[in-house]
Amino acid sequence: MRFRLERSPAPYWVRPLIPVIALIITFLLTASLIVWADANPFEGYYYFLIAPLANRVSAIEVLVKSTPLLLTGASVAFAFAAGYWNIGAEGQLYAGAIAATWLGLTLDGVSPFIAIPLMLIGGFIAGMLWALPPVWLKIRLNVDEIVTTLLLNSVILFLVSFLLNGPWRDPISGWPQSPEIAAATVFPKLLPRARLHLGFLVAMMVIGLMWYVLSRTRLGLTMRAAGLGPEAARYAGINVKRTLLTAALISGGIAGLAGVSEVAGIHFHLIEAISPGYGYTGIVIATLGALNPIGVAIAGLFIGLIETGSQNVSRALGVPAYLGDVVQATLLLVTLAALALQNFRLRLRAPDAAAELAAEEA
Amino acid sequence: MNIIEMRSISKRFGPVLANDAVDFTLAQGEIHALLGENGAGKTTLMRILYGLYTADKGEILVGGQPVTIHSPGDAIRAGVGMVTQHFTLVAPLTVAENVVLGQTDGFRLEPETIERKVGEAAERYGIEVDPAAQIRHLSVGERQRVEILKALYRNARILILDEPTAVLVPQEVDVLFATLGRLVREGLSVVFISHKLHEVMTVCDRITVLRNGQVVGTVHKQDTSKLKLARMMVGRETFGVERSQQPITGEPRLRMEGLSARNSKGLEALKGVTLTVRSGEILGIAGVSGNGQTELADVLAGVLEPSTGRIIVGERDLTGSDASQITAAGVGRIPEDRHKGVVAELTVAENLALENLSDFVRQGRLDRERIRQNAEQLIGEYTIKASPTDRTRTLSGGNMQKVILARALARKPQVVIASQPTRGLDVGATEYVRQRLLEERDRGAAVLLLSEDLDEIMSLSDRIAVIYEGRIVGVMPAEQASADRLGLLMSGAKEASLDEI
Amino acid sequence: MEVFVISLVAATLRVATPLIFGTLGELFAERAGILNLGIEGTMFFGAFVGFWVAQVSESLWIGLLAAVLAGMAAGLLMAVFSVTLGVNQHVSGLGITLLLIGLSLFSFRLIFGEPRVPPSIRPFTQLNPFPGIPLLEPLFEQYALTYVALALVPMVWWLLYRTDFGLRLRAVGENPEAVDAAGISVFRLRYLALTIGGGLMAAGGAFLSLGQLGAFTYGIIAGRGWVCIALIIFAHWHPVRVLWGALLFGGVFALQLRLQIAGADLPYETFLALPYVVTIIALAIAGRGAAAPAALLRPYKRE
Repeated sequence: MRFRLERSPAPYWVRPLIPVIALIITFLLTASLIVWADANPFEGYYYFLIAPLANRVSAIEVLVKSTPLLLTGASVAFAFAAGYWNIGAEGQLYAGAIAATWLGLTLDGVSPFIAIPLMLIGGFIAGMLWALPPVWLKIRLNVDEIVTTLLLNSVILFLVSFLLNGPWRDPISGWPQSPEIAAATVFPKLLPRARLHLGFLVAMMVIGLMWYVLSRTRLGLTMRAAGLGPEAARYAGINVKRTLLTAALISGGIAGLAGVSEVAGIHFHLIEAISPGYGYTGIVIATLGALNPIGVAIAGLFIGLIETGSQNVSRALGVPAYLGDVVQATLLLVTLAALALQNFRLRLRAPDAAAELAAEEA
Repeated sequence: MNIIEMRSISKRFGPVLANDAVDFTLAQGEIHALLGENGAGKTTLMRILYGLYTADKGEILVGGQPVTIHSPGDAIRAGVGMVTQHFTLVAPLTVAENVVLGQTDGFRLEPETIERKVGEAAERYGIEVDPAAQIRHLSVGERQRVEILKALYRNARILILDEPTAVLVPQEVDVLFATLGRLVREGLSVVFISHKLHEVMTVCDRITVLRNGQVVGTVHKQDTSKLKLARMMVGRETFGVERSQQPITGEPRLRMEGLSARNSKGLEALKGVTLTVRSGEILGIAGVSGNGQTELADVLAGVLEPSTGRIIVGERDLTGSDASQITAAGVGRIPEDRHKGVVAELTVAENLALENLSDFVRQGRLDRERIRQNAEQLIGEYTIKASPTDRTRTLSGGNMQKVILARALARKPQVVIASQPTRGLDVGATEYVRQRLLEERDRGAAVLLLSEDLDEIMSLSDRIAVIYEGRIVGVMPAEQASADRLGLLMSGAKEASLDEI
Repeated sequence: MEVFVISLVAATLRVATPLIFGTLGELFAERAGILNLGIEGTMFFGAFVGFWVAQVSESLWIGLLAAVLAGMAAGLLMAVFSVTLGVNQHVSGLGITLLLIGLSLFSFRLIFGEPRVPPSIRPFTQLNPFPGIPLLEPLFEQYALTYVALALVPMVWWLLYRTDFGLRLRAVGENPEAVDAAGISVFRLRYLALTIGGGLMAAGGAFLSLGQLGAFTYGIIAGRGWVCIALIIFAHWHPVRVLWGALLFGGVFALQLRLQIAGADLPYETFLALPYVVTIIALAIAGRGAAAPAALLRPYKRE
């Protein structure tokens, strides 16, 4: 009698439990870090997850922190609906940030009703443009999009560095940061005495639009067909390559909006550190949200909670704020493992290597 | 002396009994052919011998001793080697590196040393191959020789070859046969799996014919003929003709002129196919799988570009059109692989609408009401056991095929291309599909039926063509077709050999 | 002029050292058929562990050893996800990078806090195995690890092309079915490759914290892991060409530093970005088909 981890679908009731199981395992694992920091894990998780929601100010801060994450998460999820891995959301975000800064420095004296839509459009287009080379190379020359997007992520950082140390260097302070953008281009606040800005509204709208496009439009159906069954989609007459291109470009644009949001809503100028990896976190969010819009929204808000909470737990208990990064990454890996293990079953005997094969060949 | 004895081997895959109490012996120093159509059980039997499958019942004896073979490793240790249709060679490595993979002892590896060893082995077995050559620079025939050398290097005394000439050109076939002859004279015993009569009669000593998992008989070459073998392969039963016997008077709806195409490996799979299908007829194309049917269907479906030739539907030249253009021109296509016909994770309703999205779209928006109505109507019409919102993946094979059928036939196409439409279906679904095809024909469509099931071809078709190695080798009205005649053509025999009895 | 060139070459070798370690580490993984995007995190983790253990044990070599072990553990983790579980390699690799970076920063902050003066250790000193040649003196003054890196290149070549293990490794990255059919364990090979690779990557990271800097900072790796990913393609997955690629990158980096000092007009970011852009172009030209291990990115399931 031998034990074997066999590939065959797990019982159906496992599937919805996966997020819960993943969360529990994650918290068990990361509790060890809290203990290492000489703090009580329950207290730690209280400050981490509950306290941020306990009062108005910090609950709103969660929404603020979620804003760029919702956008990058939506960006990655949208591309992947069509089967395209957009690892370049980080770079596209910066592209949008650059465009927003340029517009912000140029559009002085223009009415906000014109300036802000222009910012959004400009950032979207910039993100699209930065997303173009990798997808074009993939479609035309079958070059793997992962490596090209990663490389471009680095390249745009150099561009930002160049701009901030050169033409856009703030003449007043001399630091590598751009001058402040024009007042007309600043995102209005949504609530008094809080940092919540237009970007959050834009993010919610984008997610809503994403849901609409994917479930109610022709593009959405062709994208899903191309992502779920490219051969069958092609057989049915769908132009898979063109669909991929559209999906990748829109995805890039959404990521660009995240950059606009950070410049126009939070920082009001361009700095090198405008994104501490939001593009990569977007991949985490898209994976956790199972790539569907509602899931992405929930995951994005949850990660926003984690980001806020990590600063909270640092202030309150002295646990380093990087706990949040570890929790996110652990959650991602545990979720991946759980999703993979749902395809396995523990078998008691060693079956035929090919017992599942139909007798197509004989 | 029998070097291999397989006694009463049975093997079941789900509902299908692939091998039914099969007895097979291989004499020392002989080349023994395993002959049969697709699904006859030949490959299954040999995969059992090579340890890729384990038999449900029966036993195997090697050199008179019973053995248990549960893996290729066991088989190799028992002296059995197998060359499959898909080579397991590593392209950028050299011949020598491929041959010694897993056979070396020690940590160090000197190219000169292994090339010398492999070179010596090649000389000993009389296999012409350059040990230092990279696999990717070798022709298919040379690669096959490397596979054979691999088996011999591991001291195989029994060599199984699975359809070895499927990928070879005639000259390479000659070289292969010469090599086999030499090896056999030195003591090797060979099992030669094939469906090609003339090859089997050329190179083999004895022939065992399988049909539907059972042994029909084992004969010596001198005691049989191609005709007798063909008859054993396809059986004597005459097939009930249930269709009306009217002469076909419709105008030509589908014309293929000189169609040639290369398959995914770059080999020429279609060589100048010229056929016409008229309105109101079913033209059945008979043939063993791997002779070009897949490529023909793909070309007509618009997913494979022909290298030369023309496709004319009605009055329109559709050569080089893509899938959506072909569908729009009134061609209903049923693919041979159900997973190319539907996107499994989409709903039934979505799949039913997928080919003609423009009908269901208003200003970029999906008209979900129309999609649902369309689905409900087709579900009723085609008695599909599913609801529009079911994920297509959850449907049975038969119902999935009905979805594909519904999508292909819903708009009353003038041409229907049906590829292996009943493959893998249960009796009920099979009957349904066949009935539907007949109805399409009666409605006036021109139906092209490609099937490996000779029964199906003979009972449904008005005219029958046979495809062999990418060419049409015979076209005849159904009344003039018999299992013998078709069997011979399908196996590559020329018409003239009908005379030999 | 000669002084300029000599010092440039010397600097190039220094800068190239972590790249050589990292790229050779990734080479093991990719030749076995796995794209290991955990490299950035592994180098980061190696830098941190090396620094911390060196600080605690007051021995640089023990720190280095610890870093290598940590890297091997990271490689093992990647193997679990990509080989046993067959999970999407891109996502799992990025996840591991995020995890290791987060873990390193968390641990560093916890152990060292946020002092005004960052903790440092006495780093490796450079040594000169060929003293006495006046002109070339600066060229030979290198860290021991640099010499190790240079020696690694022919060693890895020898391992790949002149040993049985190397043959199996090359085979499994091209056609795992063939390897399986030959009775060799695909899983074991890939696990081994990823573990060795992880150790090498971490050594590259440790070089930076123990050798050059003598400290551990947030930006210590700064994307070098991704550079290694690009370098592998550049090098057509061949160990010796890895060396040339690393020297090229290193040379460009060292050059732009000197040009800055000399007051050159072109923004130095152009030079930094150039290798990346060139790699993208090289990818477009070469296409990925020809040189990449054929089984790269496809998890192996015994059907």
